[in-house]
Amino acid sequence: MIVFEKPKALADVKLHYCPGCTHGIVHRLVAEAIDELGIEGRTIGIAPVGCSVFAYNYFNCDMVEAAHGRAPAVATGVKRANPDNIVFTYQGDGDLAAIGTAETVHSAARNENITVIFVNNAIYGMTGGQMAPTTLPGQITQTSPYGRDTATVGYPIKVCELLSNVTGATYLERVAVNNVKNVKAAGAAIKKAFRYQMEGKGFSLIEVLSSCPTNWGLTPDKALEWLEQNMIPYYPLGVYKDRYAEGGAGK
Amino acid sequence: MADKVLMKGNEALAEAAIMAGCRHYFGYPITPQTEVAAYLAKRMPKVGGTFLQAESEIAAINMVIGVASAGKRVMTSSSSPGISLKSEGLSYLAGCDLPALVVNVQRGGPGLGGIQPSQSDYFHATRGAGHGDFHMLVLAPASVQEMASLVFKGFDLADKYRMTAMILADGTMGQMMEPVSLDMGEVKQYDKSWAVTGTKGARPHNIVNSLSLLPEELEQWNLKRYEKYAEIEKNEVMYDSFMAEDADVIVVSFGVGARVARNAIVEARAKGIKAGLIRPITLWPFPKQALKAAAAHAKAFVSVELSMGQMIEDIELSIRCFRPVLLCRRVGGMIPTPEEVLAKIEEADKTGGNEA
Repeated sequence: MIVFEKPKALADVKLHYCPGCTHGIVHRLVAEAIDELGIEGRTIGIAPVGCSVFAYNYFNCDMVEAAHGRAPAVATGVKRANPDNIVFTYQGDGDLAAIGTAETVHSAARNENITVIFVNNAIYGMTGGQMAPTTLPGQITQTSPYGRDTATVGYPIKVCELLSNVTGATYLERVAVNNVKNVKAAGAAIKKAFRYQMEGKGFSLIEVLSSCPTNWGLTPDKALEWLEQNMIPYYPLGVYKDRYAEGGAGK
Repeated sequence: MADKVLMKGNEALAEAAIMAGCRHYFGYPITPQTEVAAYLAKRMPKVGGTFLQAESEIAAINMVIGVASAGKRVMTSSSSPGISLKSEGLSYLAGCDLPALVVNVQRGGPGLGGIQPSQSDYFHATRGAGHGDFHMLVLAPASVQEMASLVFKGFDLADKYRMTAMILADGTMGQMMEPVSLDMGEVKQYDKSWAVTGTKGARPHNIVNSLSLLPEELEQWNLKRYEKYAEIEKNEVMYDSFMAEDADVIVVSFGVGARVARNAIVEARAKGIKAGLIRPITLWPFPKQALKAAAAHAKAFVSVELSMGQMIEDIELSIRCFRPVLLCRRVGGMIPTPEEVLAKIEEADKTGGNEA
């Protein structure tokens, strides 16, 4: 009896991610949602520039590799070309909240019927650990070697809070993948975001607080502890907007 | 032949896109091409298409990438400063081998420049539209009719070769009105089995991508693309000529410059100077062979440009500097007058032979 297997939407290839990186978990949650909703054959994923740049090799659905920050614009084009396709972007914090801020905000403002998976690990991973728009105050990175100094470089961008003020956005939730309970909740949120798109409800963004042991300079288990003790207090988990929640305004 | 209608260049261009089967347009307002967006904002909903005013030129070109990836015809238009912003996307379109039509109704630069006609994005279009080795098909209309017919042609070439076709118009072409026939003929269909439309569980996944971290592989991708470019240089050159067969002085000009040059050539002939015009319609591929052949009988060339002298380099390369090439230029939104062109033709006629 099979009790545990790889989701069908994930390709049977070796991932390039560092040991202990939580991208693997998030990939799996996205793939499980695609499997459970039975949409692999009509799903198009948009891969970003960043650590998950090779996501196009990891998902079995059709994929487009976008320029840095532009995934929501590319997704807009794909979705407008074939509205029956289910279109998701998979983006990191630099991609989504720095170079691609305009694309993020405006795809939300248009209530573009797409699903955005936003992996927030408070650092630029692929280029070797530079300060991200979501790097915490005081956090040491390669380009904030004395700790993020809010007096000179300002404060982190809280994406869910920011977008909750965008009238067009439909569903915004922040989740984390630091323990089993949170991983389960993250999976449910991701699935709901895809389901909303299938139902034509519009723009969803799921922010996933994730760890980067390599660039944080921590062991995988210590990194998850750091996430819980530092990131979750700064970026509280929960639903920031759901127009279709019970008592919600809907359309 | 269909009846002609009086239309503005930008509007004829937009209508031709619809006739070419384009149902997706993304743009951002900028003078002097905004009529394209205004026209399509009205027209697209009526033909079941998408008109979307993007948050930036960068977003617009990336939306173009999305539609092109999905295998459908798509267009964006802008003017010089906006085209600079699209450069990133132009490079990705090339790297991903995607077909798209991009319109540049040029204005004076650099920087914010002005809003009057210019051709100073010639280098950008033919040499440096973005990072990396690549070309775009560059089509230069010289009438409202060509604003329409070259859009139709551009979509076809883009699909045929899976690359960007750029309409490089000057502001004059966008703004002026002329009678135009919109009888464009049949839209040819091309195989797009590479597009991302969903696997439907029936095929391995398609990937639209420009990334390779393997130098051996990336080199091969580039070499393969340049084989395609060589085919295009062989098969797709377009130019027009006027009294060039026996000419001693060959004027080379495109867009509005070519229209002014025609008048000057008629004047020159009246004065007994054998002048003629070669008007490149494709700026890339450039009509090298036609110019090289003309250099056998012409003693000098005159490049008429609304730039500081950009196309002149292609003329000199084409004729291997075998004859002198004089430059007649105006910039900043100014257009050369027929008198200025005539004066250069006379100068070329007098000195050309001696310098050669």
